[in-house]
Amino acid sequence: MLRDAVILVLQADPDLHEAEPSFAARVKFQDAARRAIRDKRGETGLPTAEEAYNFFTFNFDPEPQERRSKGQTKTRSRRREGEDQEDELDQEEEEEEEETEMEREQEGEEESRDREDLFIIDQSAQDFLEVKKSEYIGYNRRVLREREILFTPSMRAVPASSKLPENVQPRYPEEEGLYVGERPPVTLSNQNILENRILKQDQGKKWFGDDGRIMALPDPIKESSSRPPLYHLEEELDPALQTVYRKSKYVNRYIAGVGDTQGDYQLDVDVSGLIFSHHPLFSREHVLGARLAQLYDQYLSRQHKNLTCLLTDKLNGLRNTIRNMLELHSGEGISHVTQHRIAEYKQEVRHTRQLRDSEQEKDRTLLKSIIKVWKELKALREFQGFTNTPYKLYIRKCEVQRALDEREQEAEILAEVAELKAESEEDYERKMSEYRRQLEEWKSWRRKQKALKKKQKKRRQQSQDVNEEEDEGEQSEEELGEEPVKPEAPEKPDIAGLEQQVREKACRIRRKPGEPVLVPELTASSPVTPNEQCPRGEFARREDAAKCSLFIKVLYNDKEVSRTDSRSLNADFRVHFGQIFNLKIVNWPESIKLQVIYESVSSFSSLLAEVCVPIPESSVLTGSAPSEELEFSSNQRVTFNHEGVGSDVPFSFAADGSNRQTLLTSGKLSCCVSWAVGDDDVPLAPPSSQSGADIGLRQMDAIACIGASGLNDMKRLGKWAAESRLDPNDPNNASIMQLLSVASGGEVAIPDYFRLEQLQEEFNFLSDEELQRSRRFRLLRLRSQEVAEFRHFKTIPATEREISEKVFEDYERRLKEGELVDTKEHIDAHRALVAKYLQKVRESVINRFLIAKHHYILSDLVVEEEVPKVQAEGTVLGLNLFKLAEPKRPLKPRRKERKKVTAQNLSDGDIKLLLNIIRGYDIPIRKPHTSKPAAAAKSARSYTETFTATASSQTALQGNDWPLGQPVIRPFVEVTFQRTVLQTSTAEGPNPCWNEELVLPFSAPNGDYSTSNLQAVRDEVFINIFDEVLHEVVEDERERGSTVHTRIERHWLGSIKIPFSTIYLQSRIDGTFKVATPPVLLGYSKEQSLGSEGGYDAIRSLSEGTFLTLFITIEPQLVPGDTIREKVTDMKPFFDTQEVERLLLACEIFEKDASQRFPDRPCLTTVVDINGKSVFITRFIRPLAPPKELLDAFPNNLQEATLVARYVSLIPFLPDSVSFAGICDLWSTCDQFLTLLAGDEEEHAVLLCNYFLSMGKKAWLIIGTAIPEGATAYVLTQEQNRYLIWNPSTGQYYGQYDTFCPLQTIGCLVNADNVWFNIQVYAAPMRMSFDVTKPKFWKPFFSRSFPDPGLSSVQPEELVYRRIDKAAAAELQDRCVNIDFPFMIPSFSLSLEFMEKIMEWRPRHPTRWNRYCTATLRQFLPKLELSGGREMAEEHRLELQSLLGDYRISGFPLHLPFSEIRPIIEAVYSTGVHNVETPNVEFALAVYVYPYPSNVLSVWVYIASLVRTR
Amino acid sequence: MTSNNPSVFLVMVNGQIESANFPEYDDLYCKYCFVYGHDWAPTSGLEEGISQITSKGRDSSQRLVWNFPLDITFKSTNPFGWPQIVVSVYGPDAFGNDVVRGYGAVHIPLTPGRHTRTIPMFVPESTSRLQKFTSWLMGRRPEYTDPKVVAQGEGREVTRVRSQGFVTLQFNIVTKDMKKLGYDTTSTEQVSPPQ
Repeated sequence: MLRDAVILVLQADPDLHEAEPSFAARVKFQDAARRAIRDKRGETGLPTAEEAYNFFTFNFDPEPQERRSKGQTKTRSRRREGEDQEDELDQEEEEEEEETEMEREQEGEEESRDREDLFIIDQSAQDFLEVKKSEYIGYNRRVLREREILFTPSMRAVPASSKLPENVQPRYPEEEGLYVGERPPVTLSNQNILENRILKQDQGKKWFGDDGRIMALPDPIKESSSRPPLYHLEEELDPALQTVYRKSKYVNRYIAGVGDTQGDYQLDVDVSGLIFSHHPLFSREHVLGARLAQLYDQYLSRQHKNLTCLLTDKLNGLRNTIRNMLELHSGEGISHVTQHRIAEYKQEVRHTRQLRDSEQEKDRTLLKSIIKVWKELKALREFQGFTNTPYKLYIRKCEVQRALDEREQEAEILAEVAELKAESEEDYERKMSEYRRQLEEWKSWRRKQKALKKKQKKRRQQSQDVNEEEDEGEQSEEELGEEPVKPEAPEKPDIAGLEQQVREKACRIRRKPGEPVLVPELTASSPVTPNEQCPRGEFARREDAAKCSLFIKVLYNDKEVSRTDSRSLNADFRVHFGQIFNLKIVNWPESIKLQVIYESVSSFSSLLAEVCVPIPESSVLTGSAPSEELEFSSNQRVTFNHEGVGSDVPFSFAADGSNRQTLLTSGKLSCCVSWAVGDDDVPLAPPSSQSGADIGLRQMDAIACIGASGLNDMKRLGKWAAESRLDPNDPNNASIMQLLSVASGGEVAIPDYFRLEQLQEEFNFLSDEELQRSRRFRLLRLRSQEVAEFRHFKTIPATEREISEKVFEDYERRLKEGELVDTKEHIDAHRALVAKYLQKVRESVINRFLIAKHHYILSDLVVEEEVPKVQAEGTVLGLNLFKLAEPKRPLKPRRKERKKVTAQNLSDGDIKLLLNIIRGYDIPIRKPHTSKPAAAAKSARSYTETFTATASSQTALQGNDWPLGQPVIRPFVEVTFQRTVLQTSTAEGPNPCWNEELVLPFSAPNGDYSTSNLQAVRDEVFINIFDEVLHEVVEDERERGSTVHTRIERHWLGSIKIPFSTIYLQSRIDGTFKVATPPVLLGYSKEQSLGSEGGYDAIRSLSEGTFLTLFITIEPQLVPGDTIREKVTDMKPFFDTQEVERLLLACEIFEKDASQRFPDRPCLTTVVDINGKSVFITRFIRPLAPPKELLDAFPNNLQEATLVARYVSLIPFLPDSVSFAGICDLWSTCDQFLTLLAGDEEEHAVLLCNYFLSMGKKAWLIIGTAIPEGATAYVLTQEQNRYLIWNPSTGQYYGQYDTFCPLQTIGCLVNADNVWFNIQVYAAPMRMSFDVTKPKFWKPFFSRSFPDPGLSSVQPEELVYRRIDKAAAAELQDRCVNIDFPFMIPSFSLSLEFMEKIMEWRPRHPTRWNRYCTATLRQFLPKLELSGGREMAEEHRLELQSLLGDYRISGFPLHLPFSEIRPIIEAVYSTGVHNVETPNVEFALAVYVYPYPSNVLSVWVYIASLVRTR
Repeated sequence: MTSNNPSVFLVMVNGQIESANFPEYDDLYCKYCFVYGHDWAPTSGLEEGISQITSKGRDSSQRLVWNFPLDITFKSTNPFGWPQIVVSVYGPDAFGNDVVRGYGAVHIPLTPGRHTRTIPMFVPESTSRLQKFTSWLMGRRPEYTDPKVVAQGEGREVTRVRSQGFVTLQFNIVTKDMKKLGYDTTSTEQVSPPQ
């Protein structure tokens, strides 16, 4: 490259011009050679053909020349060097530099050339070497020198004068209105620099335009990109943008319903025939004949319409009307309206007359031309000497009575003349009046002018020297304006001329009076000259015509579906097919075409013409459809060398060849397309309905589908018809009038309203009724509404028939009756009502929550780490970071969080319930059984107490009931959960230690492990303690020594039940629980004397009862759904409220603060009442009086309180979390609670608290957590000096320091005035202070800064109790208890419930009932109720034993609140009394119902098993 | 099953999770699961799966190729709730913590044949800058409680997400009895000519 550059420089040097030619040649050669080398390197190594050619044909200049030039340069350079040396002293340094540059280049050149020349000439050393002194140019000198060459364009604006030629003003085309595009944006400074730079150049001014600015094209950049943007994903194109080859396809146009068998549609295409109006094989005569026939047809059709006659009649009618009107008014008193009408009629008359005249003229000319053509035809026949066509025209003359005719004509003419006269006179009148008006104007102008002139003259006479005035005058004259043209009077109409005109016209267009009426008649009766007599040309033509044949293809939707047979052409150029094609169609008809195919001699067929047949309307049916004639033509050019005239070929009739004309092949195809009619007279047309809009179009256009566009036209048509005064009698208008009458008849009336969704109905794929009726759609809809029965319905069948009506039965029944209340379970009507009401409330609340459930917050969807709180508990972020760097201590034990499992991936068997039964305390021990009746029954108590130990040892020795060595009790624990029963091993003693783990499988209902479903699980875990009793069965005394038969009996001692929902929500339950034991256990007693285990006894003695230490959890740990409380807070926005905004805000802040400081302490300020409204909690607290009966019973304060608590606890328990599955807690007021007779802890606690308040106690509501209920509400009362904690659902109370108090944490206290949140260190009742006045321990909600606004209570003033209904209780009792005579009183079959059940549970054994014992038990039950189930055991037992000395009795009374019978049965079952399998066992059962006010019932069931001991 | 009046239609899906394009991340693996409506039930095949860890290729495209096969057959009575595949991609962050790199879902193609789908992936954003920082530091990025969330529209308004990366899937679909039950998903090229 360098070499190239050098060569170029050399070439540019003017001194070397002489050496140029040779040099150029050399250069070329070098280039070629080099290119060849390069190519060689780059490509295959072979020179291209062109290069090779160049190489061999190039005329290389001889080398010597080269050398000469080289020598020249050398000498020249030497010379210059010398010069340089001379000049060095005085010349400027710059030149020198130039020189050196030059020299360097030359040297380079020389070098390069030397390399090549080396082989040619030996060079001397001095050619290569040169000695020179080093050169340096000082900075200043260089700057100076650079100033000569370099130039810094200024940034200042250039004056316009320097940019334009001298003495030229800048011209702005924009101002002259020329379009000047917007120049591309260039900063002004850059523009100035450019201008300055350009100006420095010579001819720089040519860059400037006329306006003194640099010429510039308009900005070429468009605002928006003209190419769609391509987003590249890597190198490849977005798949959406990739072009894909698809075969073009036919749009599906199935007729709806074709798939079904009934929908077959049939089109009948009837191709009857074909007539050519011109054919290439026509002879001249045929042409004329065809014309004649055509004219005759025209004549016939005109005759048929008979327009002339019609118009004449109309004219006469109109004339008569006018005459009548005029006569009626006899020229006077013509009202304006009448006048107007007459004018209109006259107008009409004129119009009609004109029409009639033109029609008459047409008739006349037609007749004339028919005759003319006939004459021509006759002439032609004569001329050619043969006849080709059978046409023959007869003209009949109808003679008319000349006189009559004349008179008529004359009258007609006269009438016309008269009319014309009147018209022209009218016209004249009008013109005259116009003229007069104009004339008047003109005259007035003249007058003014004259007056003005006079004035001027006067003025002129008065003062001639005032010139100005004259001017003024002139001016005023001018002001009058131009002289109006003098109107000319209109000419008088030429009446005589008029008549003349009329007569002339009549003569022209009508037959002359007396002239016969000519009626042409065309027949085809003329004989055709046979072939033999024809000349050769004609003969050939006829031959050709005979050979020629035609057929027709039928194309449906552009597809050939059938074709006719090939038929030859008749001599008269008609083809008769007469074929009918039945098309069974599945596609929408779009086009029906008939192709006329021409088959010539050589069986070469060609398409002659194509005819499109309109698709028939669905009302056009076969049989009634008229045949249509469709014209066709072809522009094919056909010539013959015989007589045939050909097509598209000029020919002439005249002998001299003048008057040439050209005809194209044309003809008429007569055919008929219609819809077929089925066997049962059903038209086989697709259901297109409505008007005849194009079906294909309708498929495309929804608007056309409704026919709206058609209707629009209709309206316009009606309007047009009214405006243009269509003659309703005119047969031409008949169809329009009919259409209009239909349109106005209301059948297709257009609505005047505007509808927004006008196509809605068209897009409904089903009618609403059908949608309602369809079981499948109904099922789908119910499911999407999340109706309880269908919420989890899987795979709704695809077809209707697979869904049975049964699916809806349950749902419908529920809808109809609410929940059908089973009278079996709900004893009286009131309870049924309550149940119904509860159901309704539940439903409405559930619906509300279903909506709320679909509201999500971020934490529902996204798991995100909380930002570590900087202050909270000192866990600074930095510390956490520091922890990362801590050394690992693998041996240091650490508590690991159990992995939590979200409920989604679970299936049956994955979840297990773990139960750790650790130990029990104070389990009742067996009582020694004395077979003898006690001597002193009354004093038995003291007796037994003193002698128990001895007695037991005695019996152990003497009786065979208690085998030796058997301990006082052998308890074991049995756990029942979801039909799984597991039991521990048997331990011994009243304080056993099992320490066993039981694993129970859990399966969720329906296999649905969603949190909402798990929360709704109603199953309970029953933990029962049994005593295992071994009996030796003595079969044979002799075997006693060798064989031991024992029978195991188990005796129920007590139970605990824990709902699964509690375990699920708490995730683990750990603690010691009180076992619910019956007040009396026959055969057992609590013996404290036996256990003296030291310190623990002291605590235990404080409370009575049996206890069990348990640990329950679920494995794997399930993530509990949002706890009830959270959900409530989330949902608060969804609840209405009547509280003021400020209070709610304060609540929110209070609760938020509380949950932040003590997340484990529940805090409640607002609750949701039964109407779903948020209510502040203190509104629920209000002193309410308990029923009088309770207060009267005991004078003692505490006893009174326990009775009240007992009353409250007897109200049935119904946890909200179960009924309102996982949704929230609802609080009902006390009256609602008592009406419903169902509620959970809160309701019980509120009621109890209100009772205590009314009894004058200091009482609070405790919001806290307890075991096993979880979050719950208790009641706190302050007795003289101590606090008592009441469990409202059991009616028991605990002291503050009671070890076994189930209450674990206390979150807040509530009373009528305030809410206090526990901010003490500890939350357990034992370790805290209940003094709410201390702000250090309790944070009040209402404080000085936010005082109590005085909230009214939601509770009623007082509670109204229903009177004790003894009768109802008795009835219930009877129904349950009448087992004495079960077979005698069948109506009491319900009362057999228990008995039947027990018998049912013992299917393999007979069940006997001991009536005597039952009676005794029944007597005992009221006593139990009175005493509240305490301290009666011993007495009772002794009493029993005295009665049934021979029996070993085990049994117990169960005490339950009454809600339904089912839970009582469950409870009885769980005790397992029925499991006694001793053959001689007898049973006893007694039921006692004690009524309390407001239908609160206390139910006692005493059940016992008796075994005869001997 | 060969009766003329079928009560269910079958959709057989096989294919593979071919590759992913996460320009910033490496060593990723993916999980997939299907989300479908009440009327759908898988008859055979795996509903869920977890792939191997793959590293970026050395070529310029830097794709992460899994070629993780899918093969499942659904039966259904109702096209409502047409199955969607939910793909979630995980991989280690700078500290080696396993974090989520993207969620995405796409409906299984409706028409029989071979289909390629490219799903844009996204991850939920932290709610605040501070949380973003701490989550980056601790390697505990926000994740969906359930990846199936991305296949449903309900509740999405509360989340903020950021897009990153693409996953390419390939499906081969075979259906059975759809047309017999009146669901026509194929194009109608075979128009029978009228007689």
